[in-house]
Amino acid sequence: MTIPVLSIVLFLPLAGALLVSLVPKDYVKLMRLVALASSIVAFGASLWMLFLFNSADGGFQLVEKVEWISRYRASYHLGVDGISLWLVLLTTFLVPLCIAASWRVDKKVKALNVILLLMETSILGVFLSLDLLLFYIFWEGMLIPMYFLIGVWGYERRVYAALKFFLYTLFGSLLMLVGVAALYFLGGRTFDLAELSRSGLGPSAQLWLFGAFFASFAIKVPIFPFHTWLPDAHTEAPTAGSVLLAGVLLKMGGYGFLRLSIPLFPDATVKFAPWLAILGVIGIVYGGIVSIVQSDVKRLVAYSSVSHLGFVVLGIAALNTAATTGSVLQMVSHGLSTGLLFLLIGMLYQRAHTRKIADLSGVGGVMPVFGGMFLIAVLSSLGLPGLNGFVGEFLILNGTFPVMRALTIIATLGVVLAAIYLLWMYERVFTGPVKIPHAERKSVWRDVSPGELAVIVPVIAMMLWIGLYPKPFLDRIEPSVERVLSNLNRPVASR
Amino acid sequence: MMALQELRIPGVSFIAVAPEVILSAGGLVLLVTGSFLKGRATVLFMSLLTLTGAAVAAVLSAGRDFTAFSGAVVLDDFAVFVKLILLAVAAISILVSGQLLDDERAPAPEFLGLVMFATAGMMLMASASDLMLLFLALETFSLALYVLVAFRRGRADSQEGALKYFLMGSFSSAFFLYGIALVYGATGTTRLEGIRAYAREIPVLGQGLLAAGLALLLVGLAFKVAAVPFHMWTPDAYQGAPSPVAGFMAAGSKAAGFAALIRVLFSVFPSLVWDWRPVIVILSVISMVVGSVVAIVQTNVKRMLAYSAIAHSGFLLVGVASANSRGVSGALFYLGAYAVTVLGAFAVVYGVGRPGEPFVHIQNYRGLGKTRPFLAWTLVLFLASLAGIPPTAGFFAKFEVLSAAVSAGLTGLAVVAVVASAAAVFFYFRIIWLMFFEEPEGWAEGAEQPATALPLGLAVILTAVAVAFLGIVPGIVLDLASSSLPGLP
Repeated sequence: MTIPVLSIVLFLPLAGALLVSLVPKDYVKLMRLVALASSIVAFGASLWMLFLFNSADGGFQLVEKVEWISRYRASYHLGVDGISLWLVLLTTFLVPLCIAASWRVDKKVKALNVILLLMETSILGVFLSLDLLLFYIFWEGMLIPMYFLIGVWGYERRVYAALKFFLYTLFGSLLMLVGVAALYFLGGRTFDLAELSRSGLGPSAQLWLFGAFFASFAIKVPIFPFHTWLPDAHTEAPTAGSVLLAGVLLKMGGYGFLRLSIPLFPDATVKFAPWLAILGVIGIVYGGIVSIVQSDVKRLVAYSSVSHLGFVVLGIAALNTAATTGSVLQMVSHGLSTGLLFLLIGMLYQRAHTRKIADLSGVGGVMPVFGGMFLIAVLSSLGLPGLNGFVGEFLILNGTFPVMRALTIIATLGVVLAAIYLLWMYERVFTGPVKIPHAERKSVWRDVSPGELAVIVPVIAMMLWIGLYPKPFLDRIEPSVERVLSNLNRPVASR
Repeated sequence: MMALQELRIPGVSFIAVAPEVILSAGGLVLLVTGSFLKGRATVLFMSLLTLTGAAVAAVLSAGRDFTAFSGAVVLDDFAVFVKLILLAVAAISILVSGQLLDDERAPAPEFLGLVMFATAGMMLMASASDLMLLFLALETFSLALYVLVAFRRGRADSQEGALKYFLMGSFSSAFFLYGIALVYGATGTTRLEGIRAYAREIPVLGQGLLAAGLALLLVGLAFKVAAVPFHMWTPDAYQGAPSPVAGFMAAGSKAAGFAALIRVLFSVFPSLVWDWRPVIVILSVISMVVGSVVAIVQTNVKRMLAYSAIAHSGFLLVGVASANSRGVSGALFYLGAYAVTVLGAFAVVYGVGRPGEPFVHIQNYRGLGKTRPFLAWTLVLFLASLAGIPPTAGFFAKFEVLSAAVSAGLTGLAVVAVVASAAAVFFYFRIIWLMFFEEPEGWAEGAEQPATALPLGLAVILTAVAVAFLGIVPGIVLDLASSSLPGLP
């Protein structure tokens, strides 16, 4: 009997959540330790999955299939390919960091850690499911924990942000539910993704269903103009929530396009791709311009996500191997760099109790190491060669240029804009004369602690690895992307 | 002169009514011996034992059809399925009621006896295959419920709720009875078999009498399941009744009413699908819309749950309107899922409000996550299930009836259902919001918090586990539901 690696990865966090909930309420530190330990064990299990993964094979590996609801022909069907592999690893990598970053949170520690671990299982479930019903349940299951994470542990306007997040996501999900039910009947009464993709839907059915799923994915990515929930949710969420939102939740949208839209509705995807590309480019430029004028560091980074995710959408819309591979890598890169930025902003907020750019100046002089780390994160986010952000964006632009020249040139603006808003923010906050709230309290303004370093350094190491030697990543992504795209016979017409 | 026909007494097979007999006998024994029994625990234990006995009798007869009283009662798998739901409902209600009786210092045997008689009546609804017997069963459980609603007889809201329920219930019984009379006038029989045979032979269009009779039967049953426009009693009755009774009513009369509705529509009038389907669709749409919209403006949690019960009747009618086996088995699953969810929700409402339930305003739920975390977190699960968010029982229940509607070509109805459930999310989540995102104030801070006692806590845990179980591995119950369908076209 083979060992169900994917189930182990999937359910370790859930088991951890149960363990945490059993800890008596006075042992606050034990709760944090149990949560951290179980998330680290889950990360270890996902490394084991990586070790077993065969990089030459573009299909699904380590597949597990157990009958679940026989009358629906829905099964507990898990599998991993080169696309989901890295998103799973990104999730299991970021969650321990989130738990560590929430170490100082004293509000309802047990519930916080339980929710973080539940979220992890639910996100992993989305990436690992090969059954539409299972996928949908994990997709929806994430909604309530995230609602609580923002609404209970967030900042001042958390309740508004939580509601906005909830309503947007629910709206998308309900449309998707109608799509799921319709797909079930049109696709031969099965929920198995492979069988569904062979069912050969008619063109008009494809268009309708693509639309139903598009709503959900577009809100999640988010694609302009469905992005307005994001700045509020990201800004008001606690650090762990922002990291999870930006790091992995947004990737569920792009992943949905790759895993569901392209294989299930190939004709509709080809038809919609130019519009998708245009929306992606609007997002790139719009997100970049709006980022420039933000006065709140966290909100600035939140808007930068709209811009960065625009690249992902553009890359997927190009529907060729180079650009789409770039998109997958960009999803991972953005998870790392934006995740790190949110972690660092959380640390900054702990000291300054403000995120207003105008209230901060010369932080780099007070905390040189922290400033250096922040600079690395900024450079990675704006796509400096040698760091992770560059590889994905370069691949995307490289892949889109032959098929849609004008859009690619406009999209390149996004890279310039990123340099402007990020470096300008860095300049205002970290350089210049020291002007920080209660600067006299030296104990507050001490440089990064060993505990904080333990959170930061692994991310920076990963950034450097992807930036300098992305081959192991690309080698595994590419065959799967090729396999996904092989469904599409026609390339997008040159624009 | 014709010789007087020999009086024939039909052979009676008590197997077909064994569950009801056990339950009624247990209730009677409880009433008689109740005054000698010391301690509430003994009485609770006895009644739970009786329920277990009835459940065993029901399970043992599964797989075969038993008939009794020359076909007036039939115990088929469909009846067994509904009876098991009803027995579970009664068991949970009795657990919660134990708490209620403690708080009110009320005599247990009478109360529990009424619960058991009501359950016996509801169970008989599921296996009645004669309209007269159906009427008797309906009256049996209704009368018991009228008394249970008026349980707090010293209180105006309880009296008002009970009186409204009683008056409106009497009207609906009269409608139902008149419907039976019309059907009898048209067909010459009250036996479902006979009516079916008649309806099959004679084309129904033009059968004004039969159609009118069917319409009046529908009115009577729609009243019992609280479908709009026959829902007016629901909010007042739920508000006036103690929460354990409200939960019992919501779960039990819905299951019994739908069981009868399904049996009448499908085993008697299958040939009339095209005649009754539009009616059911209209009832379904207005129930979902009115229930979901009016619930938004409620400030009393029990009234809100009452309007949610109305909306859920609408969703169940979606399954009935689909008129295919998927829709009916979906409705059966829905009944079970809704029963455990609403019982849990009312148990929590009672846990929050007790004793005496002065705290049923939604503002009393402010900060409950801080003051009563156990009740608050389980209520999240129940509300999510009522809203149909996975992975809870309510999701699969909704999904099942929705997909049945889609497969029956009723896509418009499915879309209305989705929109209604989106609107419903608003008021369910407003409570979650108040519980977790608002600070406790007023009574919640100063007042002494009664600890959640064992039977109530047990009931909440059991229902929560059931909601989660049906939400994660619904397959077993779905298969049971679909294998227990009555003879459907």
